[in-house]
Amino acid sequence: MDPFESIKATFFQECEELLTDMESGLLAMEQGDDDSETVNAVFRAVHSVKGGAGAFGLEELIRFAHVFETVLDEMRSGRLALSDEVAKVLLRASDVLADHVAAARSGGGVDEGRTVSMIADLQGLIDHERANELGLNVHGDGSAAEEDFGFVPVVLSLDEPAAEAPETDIAALLSAAAEPSVAAEAPEAATPAWKVIFRPRAEMYAKANESALVLRELARLGEVEVSLDTSGVPALDQLSAEAAYLTWTIRLSGDRSEAEVRDVFEFVEDDCDLTMVRVGDAPERVAADGPDGDAPASAVEAAAAAPLDLAALLARVAPAAEPAPAAAAPAAPPAPSPAPADLDVAGLIALAEKASQDHAQAAQSPVARADPKLDQKAEARAAAGPATAATPTIRVDLDRVDRLINAVGELVIQQAMLSQRVFESGLARSSDVALGLEDLELLTREIQDSVMAIRAQPVKSVFQRMPRLVREVAEAVGKKVRLVMDGENTEVDKTVIERLSDPITHMLRNAIDHGLETPDEREAGGKSAEGAVRLAALHRGGRIVIEVQDDGRGINRPRVRGIAVAKGLIAEDAVLSDDEIDNLIFLPGFSTVDVVSDISGRGVGMDVVKRSIQALGGRISITSEPGKGSKFSMSLPLTLAVLDGMVVSAADQTLVAPLSNIVESLTPRAEDVHLIGGRDAVICIRDTFVPLIDVGVALGFRDTPLPPTSGVAVLVESEGGGKAALLVEAIQGQRQVVIKSLEANYQQIHGVAAATILGDGRVALILDVDALVTTSRRKSPRIEKRMAV
Amino acid sequence: MTDTVTPGVAQRRELIAFRIGDQEFCVDIMSVREIRGWAPATPLPRTPSFVKGVINLRGAVLPIIDLGARLGLNTSEPTARHVIMVVHIGQRTIGLLVDAVSDIINMSDDLVQPTPDVASDQVKTFVKGLFALDGRMVSLIALDRVLPETEAEAA
Amino acid sequence: MSKTVLTIDDSRTMREMLNMALVQAGYRVIQAVDGVEGLEVLRAEGADVVITDINMPRMDGFGVIEGVRADPAHRATPILVLTTESDATKKERARCAGATGWIVKPFNPAKLVEAIRRVAA
Repeated sequence: MDPFESIKATFFQECEELLTDMESGLLAMEQGDDDSETVNAVFRAVHSVKGGAGAFGLEELIRFAHVFETVLDEMRSGRLALSDEVAKVLLRASDVLADHVAAARSGGGVDEGRTVSMIADLQGLIDHERANELGLNVHGDGSAAEEDFGFVPVVLSLDEPAAEAPETDIAALLSAAAEPSVAAEAPEAATPAWKVIFRPRAEMYAKANESALVLRELARLGEVEVSLDTSGVPALDQLSAEAAYLTWTIRLSGDRSEAEVRDVFEFVEDDCDLTMVRVGDAPERVAADGPDGDAPASAVEAAAAAPLDLAALLARVAPAAEPAPAAAAPAAPPAPSPAPADLDVAGLIALAEKASQDHAQAAQSPVARADPKLDQKAEARAAAGPATAATPTIRVDLDRVDRLINAVGELVIQQAMLSQRVFESGLARSSDVALGLEDLELLTREIQDSVMAIRAQPVKSVFQRMPRLVREVAEAVGKKVRLVMDGENTEVDKTVIERLSDPITHMLRNAIDHGLETPDEREAGGKSAEGAVRLAALHRGGRIVIEVQDDGRGINRPRVRGIAVAKGLIAEDAVLSDDEIDNLIFLPGFSTVDVVSDISGRGVGMDVVKRSIQALGGRISITSEPGKGSKFSMSLPLTLAVLDGMVVSAADQTLVAPLSNIVESLTPRAEDVHLIGGRDAVICIRDTFVPLIDVGVALGFRDTPLPPTSGVAVLVESEGGGKAALLVEAIQGQRQVVIKSLEANYQQIHGVAAATILGDGRVALILDVDALVTTSRRKSPRIEKRMAV
Repeated sequence: MTDTVTPGVAQRRELIAFRIGDQEFCVDIMSVREIRGWAPATPLPRTPSFVKGVINLRGAVLPIIDLGARLGLNTSEPTARHVIMVVHIGQRTIGLLVDAVSDIINMSDDLVQPTPDVASDQVKTFVKGLFALDGRMVSLIALDRVLPETEAEAA
Repeated sequence: MSKTVLTIDDSRTMREMLNMALVQAGYRVIQAVDGVEGLEVLRAEGADVVITDINMPRMDGFGVIEGVRADPAHRATPILVLTTESDATKKERARCAGATGWIVKPFNPAKLVEAIRRVAA
């Protein structure tokens, strides 16, 4: 991938994490947590989003993040106190920020009106005067004053190599400085120049700035003549190692603006005395000219006159003093270290040593340096790796994990095939081969479990999107809602995680829109105005259970029943338990609200929610207590990759029924089976009549039903609690099977949940028990009704 | 393959020709992944008769389409002599049941003639065009039409 | 021997960006995710230049500057702080704490390399 795009991808990935951190911080703040580290963390998150956005020139995002960040900074510095209201505004701002990130990611836009009003709300948290001071004034068009941001995005271009690599610059500097006489020989060219007097103070050295480097930078702007005034150096016994005594006078030729020159001193200007004078045409000599008027001579003389051995230093800034080795012997060995300074001044020696190293480096030919540089790059990359790998986790491309899981799936199948062959070959169970195979089976299971664990994730990633949803839904329907979440760290396979979001979203919307009363109604009913919705995840019986519970009005059973009757879903005189009435809301076409609410369903009924959960091998049910609230429970398998199944035969086909649906199996007795109408049969199991479904016929594999007594009835329970007996020819056994999608290469088939590959290498279909039961049940109420009318 | 595309010259391509009964058809070689012998398939409920079922292709579940039946030709029960051409259609991989693979043809697009009107609607749906080869007529199959419509598309 | 630059930033994006720009310019790059780790890495591996962000968990950039300047072995190491233009007060505070120079975000690779060149021989 293009490195730039790859970093951008990292940025958006990081944004997601930052937004999550930010939201949990804000939620904690909403609960009254005003710990400075909480506020700091939120600030840092917004700050990092802004920082990255700046690098990629994402203007809209920068603009909003800046305002948000400024407000958080006010809070951080204690100028803005945390209150419930403030926390709510910040939470909404975090939603808008998330929208901006999403828009930047997809290249789409963000609702401008929403942004503007959000910026206004944020600004409203800060008093007007202070907002002005911070440059947060919102203009008429909603944009803050351009200059106030002081944040001009520079698009990072990684294709171009850095404009000037440091090494070559030194070489260039050397050769330029090696021929200072060129300027002197052309005095008629009235070259403008700057005279700069640079007197570092001790603080400058304390901050690790170096005069030599500043001078080198200056030399990049044009020809320089440097002279050093050492007159400030005191007598030996008065020297302080930490003090600064030297003054440089530099003449810089060339038409450079003051800003350009001053820029060189950007880091040091507050820690030095700096005088800049624009000088006229004639080269101004600081020291007396040499006999032949050569500029470098002045520097050399200055050095000679100095009581310190500063030759190296000068060589550093005016290498012309010794140009021959550099020019004539490109591959010259490093210049010898300068003679130690007469005075033991630690700072000066360090400086001189450094300078000599630079000199040596500069003296090497650029060609000679080319190759090692490549090696250094490789070395740098190699070195960068381990240094950053301080975290105890690794990031792995999901594709790789999926490939591994697929391969393990094949291994499981292969192992089953092998076991079957061995069994068929008549080898004794106690034989070495059979025992070895048993160990292999255990090992295979273990590998499979471990591999599945790699892909397991806490449901947090789904849960953390919900507070925002709840806020928005609550706002839209004018209700007050407090969301409590439990069990966010409950782990479930990635395949399931991805599909949890929609049902949870629906259940939450439903709970707020239908479950909870309005604040007035609640108060009238003696409840607090704020409704509570609890979202929880837990493991139970090898499945993950998601619960959405509200403390609202509960199911209005007479009303639900009335609607079901009116819609012909149940008979008028049907005898239904409270539970059965509550679960009527999952019937296709049922909606308790006359006008389909945009909020709870977006036109989607609970039946669709139920179907989508069933498609995952899940179940959903509701329990309710009038006046006290309702609880939706959804249970799903922990993975969509493997399934415990019962292998059965029907109409000469081998089929798999999910074990989770199976209650028991039994051999039907003739007296327990009764016909309803021509073909529909029911079976009486412990005084309860349940439909008897001939699987071969239901799937269309044969037309004539199996005589019930010659087969086996498998009693199954569907998600809604509906029961039925599946009539098959025989049960072959129980087995864990790897789930293979039919849709991947074909399409969904009614009555079939998926496929798997059995030990003999052939494909077997996995029954969609719910579809089979629902089909029969959908028929039965109508029959009931016909019979009742 | 060092063919270069010259402007004005129709693109050349390689096709795999196969027989169903006494008729010859072909598909672009690029869409064929492998050719294997017939193995019994697991039947799928409630599917058109041209869907023979699914087989296990190295862990993937592969639907098998009896191409002859799909084209409305008379077909017999598959035997071990029949072959399955594994082809890519979009994101999907399916197996086409045919009698035998007969040839690999190198030809250019401009030799393909449109399907004449005399052909039945069913044939015209699946045949993109015809061309002559050594006195034989070969029909170019439109692979994207071979799968049955999904419920969603049909609705 | 190429120069070693230690970058300290809690943002993965920024770390990747710094790494790419610096490696491309021929530097050896070592990285840390916060001030505490930054000082540890500096003590363990040494560096010719330190580039540090200001806002970080555990220990911020000011803490890094103080830590480096108080360490006799590394007190002369140049430190560049990553700052935004709007943060004049932070820049001043960093300077007072002993930062050698600063890099204004967003930066481009040329600017970054120039800033390093200014402070590192």
